[in-house]
Amino acid sequence: MAKIQEMTQLSPTMEEGTIVKWLKKEGDSVSPGDIIAEVETDKAVMEMEAFESGVLLKILHTEGAKLKVGQALAVIGKPGEDVSSLIADLPKPTPNQTKMEGTPQTESDPQTAKPATQEPVATTIPKKDTNAIPSPQTKPTSINSVTEVNSANRGGLRVLASPLAKSIAIEQGIDLHTVIGTGPEGRITKKDVLDTLNQGSGNSRSTGVAATRSDEVVTLNGMRKTIAKRLTESKQNLPHFYLNVDVSAKAMESFRTELLEFQKHLDPELQVKVSLNDIVVKATAAALRFHPKVNASFQGDSILQFGRVDVGIAVSLDGGLLTPVIRNADKKSILEISKEVKELAKRARERKLKPEEFSGGTFTISNLGMYGISRFTAIINEPESGILAVGSVEDKPVVENGAVVAGRVLSLTLSCDHRVIDGAVGAEFLRTLKSLLEQPSLMAGVV
Amino acid sequence: MAILTYREALNRAMVEEMEKDPLIYLMGEEVGHYQGAYKVSQGMLDRFGEERVIDTPISENGFAGIGVGSAMVGLRPIIEFMTWNFSLVAIDQIINSAAKMNYMSGGQFPMPIVFRGAGGAGGRLGAQHSQAFESWYAHCPGLKVVCPATPKDAYGLLKSSIRDNNPTIFIESEVLYGSKGEVPEQEYTIPLGLGEIKRKGTDITLVTWSRALGFAEEAAAILEKEGISVEIVDLRSLRPLDENLIYESVKKTNRALVVEEGWPVAGFGAQIAYLIQKNAFAYLDHPVERVTQMDVPMSYAANLERMSLPNATRVADTIREMLQ
Repeated sequence: MAKIQEMTQLSPTMEEGTIVKWLKKEGDSVSPGDIIAEVETDKAVMEMEAFESGVLLKILHTEGAKLKVGQALAVIGKPGEDVSSLIADLPKPTPNQTKMEGTPQTESDPQTAKPATQEPVATTIPKKDTNAIPSPQTKPTSINSVTEVNSANRGGLRVLASPLAKSIAIEQGIDLHTVIGTGPEGRITKKDVLDTLNQGSGNSRSTGVAATRSDEVVTLNGMRKTIAKRLTESKQNLPHFYLNVDVSAKAMESFRTELLEFQKHLDPELQVKVSLNDIVVKATAAALRFHPKVNASFQGDSILQFGRVDVGIAVSLDGGLLTPVIRNADKKSILEISKEVKELAKRARERKLKPEEFSGGTFTISNLGMYGISRFTAIINEPESGILAVGSVEDKPVVENGAVVAGRVLSLTLSCDHRVIDGAVGAEFLRTLKSLLEQPSLMAGVV
Repeated sequence: MAILTYREALNRAMVEEMEKDPLIYLMGEEVGHYQGAYKVSQGMLDRFGEERVIDTPISENGFAGIGVGSAMVGLRPIIEFMTWNFSLVAIDQIINSAAKMNYMSGGQFPMPIVFRGAGGAGGRLGAQHSQAFESWYAHCPGLKVVCPATPKDAYGLLKSSIRDNNPTIFIESEVLYGSKGEVPEQEYTIPLGLGEIKRKGTDITLVTWSRALGFAEEAAAILEKEGISVEIVDLRSLRPLDENLIYESVKKTNRALVVEEGWPVAGFGAQIAYLIQKNAFAYLDHPVERVTQMDVPMSYAANLERMSLPNATRVADTIREMLQ
């Protein structure tokens, strides 16, 4: 009996996955645990394993197709088994999934009629007579196919447009992705499409100045969508407030030099090039252990104070960011932390992290020092309650014992969720952190 | 062209039809000696006598039932409810007998009966006497539902309703009885199921009937000064429904707003909105919107009643929003 292999949830926040690559082809034998495809989730490229043993009888979606969790991906069964009825019983594909040749076309059903043959083009030739409003002669079925055509071009991102706008766009061969919607919720209306048509550009709010380059629409990948969704929710729902403190980095810098010096006689395999950020991570983890109120999460009707200190490190990637987590950072040495951060960051950039490696932190650190940013504020990574924004070490005049001297100053900004952390609580935490950073040797004694 | 009030137009329609056809009679509370609770049957007792203009006790279930029975044996009754609020007492006769009789008898008992009376809010009559029930009756297959908004329509539609061999729910708006309008001197009828464009426009289609036409016209006049052109479709009857008239207009304007006196939930406007999105989907540039009475029992207080009902301001505001 043939079985349907579904798109499974490969990460806790995954809602849909894109097939990056099929590693098995139809006719290949598979058994449970065999990797059959690579799937891009909202966070990373993951490996999809077969759940059944048998032969991969049918691949239902091509590479690049985007599927919701739970949607049929492939059929696995005995060699030569007839699976046509099994496939025919599957729910009909929605317009924004790529159809494959060979999938049974339900021609009798007008709702899934073939996509319009006329492909919308990205750049439109302005028509001469655009005052005449095109009256759509298209049946509603082709309305469905505009999304289909668009999606096929653009990776399935749904465009918010009125039915009329869609039918005019089809008729005039306008790609709705190039139209800016001015209707409610940014919906594209008839007027927007006609404006685009009149201007022959994808911008209905033309300034009259020739653009240096044409507008480009960048489709949101899964990660971008997740960032947009989660950070918007955080910034909207969490009452953020910010505490800023300047730390003298002189001791940290000499401490780092000493650490590097110390390792020189060790086996090169064991040597780690410790960064200032690694020291900040360790000091933060130590401070969190002393301030459980900051190492906590708002739970609606209660506050959960974590017993563990798991520090997430924001790592920027091409087109997004991830926060790999250093588990029990308070119990690890700076060398261990340094090594782990490097390894996790590398795999994050290769999109090879497993979901459990970039979720479930209790606090996050974001560092933009390497970009020369002196100070900034970061958005809290829910369900955590705090995030530390670390700037660059800068040469600044400071006053010591009544005299102005050259200082090395590091600016830290703590973003707090006020439902969990009060101003004084955050301030106490920063005081501890500042002490540890300005006297790094303390770390050897207290944690 | 004579200028008649809405009540005079109804009176003229009944008198003309009763003179033509001796099988037609009028029955209800106060229709005879008192000349009609709203003076719609003024002079009819004198003209036709007590056999054909029959005063009843307060007994809607009884006289509606007698009307249904008399229609089964070949008479053509016009049953007047003093207001449609009181029809609830007779709703079993209307829904279970009148609406079903022709169908359940396999066509052996046609049901040429008209139920007519005042509907909607009349002004400070309280929650029990201010209800617009057309959606209730339009829900039931087997009934025709007619809601005239002008004297001219009231006359032509009532004549068609009396001549129709099916049970007709003829809802007159209580506040319109005194309204005046041109009514052609020559006899005419308006077929049931034929709407009318009451105002030509290009920017939005406003679908309405009965009293709400007034709010629509008022709003359209305000908006015209702002350069917004509203097309008003008066349905005149909800069953049968002039669907094509709606679609043709929406295809031209790409926007639709339904304005009705009744409550929002499961109101007839919801059915219209559904039909528009189903049958004119490709022509819509904006979701179909509705302006209705507030979803609460009608207040007794005059100021709260005004706030509860739809009005020109609410209609105009909705249209401005839709055209932003």
